[in-house]
Amino acid sequence: MRYSGFRVIAEALTGHKGWKPVWRDPAPQAEYDYIIVGGGGHGLATAYYLAKEFGQARIAVLEKGYLGGGNVGRNTTIIRSNYLLDGNEPFYEFSLKLWEGLEQDFNYNAMVSQRGIINLIHTDAQRDAFTRRGNGMILNGADAEMLSRDQVKAMYPFLNFDNARFPIKGALMQRRGGTVRHDAVAWGYARGADMRGVDLIQNCEVTGMRIENGRILGVETSRGFIGAKKVGVAVAGSSSKVMAHAGMRLPMESHVLQAFVSEGLKPFIDGVMTFGAGHFYVSQSDKGGLVFGGDIDGYNSYAQRGNLPVIEDVAEGGMALMPAIGRARLLRTWGGIMDMSMDGSPIIDKTHVDGLYFNGGWCYGGFKATPASGWCFAHLLAKDEPHKTAAAYRFDRFLKGLMIDEKGQGAQPNLH
Amino acid sequence: MIINHPILGPRDAQEFVYLGDASLIDRPDGMTAGIESFHDYLYNRDNPAGLHRELWYHEQGDRSWLVVTRNTVSHEITSVELARDVARARGRSK
Repeated sequence: MRYSGFRVIAEALTGHKGWKPVWRDPAPQAEYDYIIVGGGGHGLATAYYLAKEFGQARIAVLEKGYLGGGNVGRNTTIIRSNYLLDGNEPFYEFSLKLWEGLEQDFNYNAMVSQRGIINLIHTDAQRDAFTRRGNGMILNGADAEMLSRDQVKAMYPFLNFDNARFPIKGALMQRRGGTVRHDAVAWGYARGADMRGVDLIQNCEVTGMRIENGRILGVETSRGFIGAKKVGVAVAGSSSKVMAHAGMRLPMESHVLQAFVSEGLKPFIDGVMTFGAGHFYVSQSDKGGLVFGGDIDGYNSYAQRGNLPVIEDVAEGGMALMPAIGRARLLRTWGGIMDMSMDGSPIIDKTHVDGLYFNGGWCYGGFKATPASGWCFAHLLAKDEPHKTAAAYRFDRFLKGLMIDEKGQGAQPNLH
Repeated sequence: MIINHPILGPRDAQEFVYLGDASLIDRPDGMTAGIESFHDYLYNRDNPAGLHRELWYHEQGDRSWLVVTRNTVSHEITSVELARDVARARGRSK
């Protein structure tokens, strides 16, 4: 069933009786060519592109809960490609280009809104660093612009420009960055994959892997054994748990990241704003709520909920930047589990087991990567070689000293 | 979270800095260990869902290193030891 304006009108005139469930709820078959473990954004995108772009069939997505119930439904919905390093920027720019065509591609309204993102500048040194980053972005085909203090003031006159510690001196802007309706991304990919014959199997947790002579034969699940020629794992914060079934220890720790929504306010923040020095970033949803966040809590956690000190820290950052929000009430807070890698960058790679592939280590930046992550993982699964924009995301980069460390923090996941 | 410091008693976790898995105490011998074991030591982690022994530094307190046993699913802390005692029990600093 394709969606269109005509279809909406036709359904409105006939009592909306023609809408059908958007995807099937199939029972698992005995064997597939491809099993994708994890029915979140990245897993669903992988299945979608495997079927659509790489012409593969007999694909299943196994999800332990419900589709899109993990980080794709918990993030703060920002898309951007404002990275510095060569290992990252081409990949994230590929992702942003996919976002720009996504809704037409999968015929689903994901509310892609390129409302622009700014990173605030407080010192001369920071302006130099952001100028360098902007040049890196432009060299890789992205857009970047340096804004003066007056230009920022014209956009957001209510910011505290004369904060004693972090006065605002300008910003790095990417106009093509913005926000996307995150749940619709999961639903759009799920529907697109289902339409192409992918089995989306929910309430099906992987409890083991059957590996013989160094080759994967399938996965043990809560709904029985399912055979597969190739298995791709894209389970974000649960990466270490799932890959332990194959005897692997990963270069990552699981950490909790919290996010926040205020009560609905009249529109006053047009774009996305990051205040890195104050550990705070914010955008305003179409319903009027301020959607914001800050740092991870900083200790290993699988709890999907955080603690109060970080809530206080984020609220302080918000107040330092925008004193005007002081009377707004916080509506909701929640947490998601991040697979924080040792250099802050992801992994899309083969493993030591034939037929077993891994996609993870997205830290707190996985949402913007969803389309390219799915595309590149599908490329790896179908062709057994990495996509050219994801060639640096290898397991052995730590052994070889080829880390992609945007923040320069070293092997300390809670600082990335 | 409240960390029950062996010397100072219950302290707010905000006074501490988190380092990570307590296996970092067991650094391989630089004269004999190969590059692979150093790679595993520095970069790879068990990252369990459940009981986790981890290093916390009491930066805004007595500057001691602690080994805290904490459940990563519930955040419940079940045991707190001085890292010095743990390391010595494993034969370090002789």
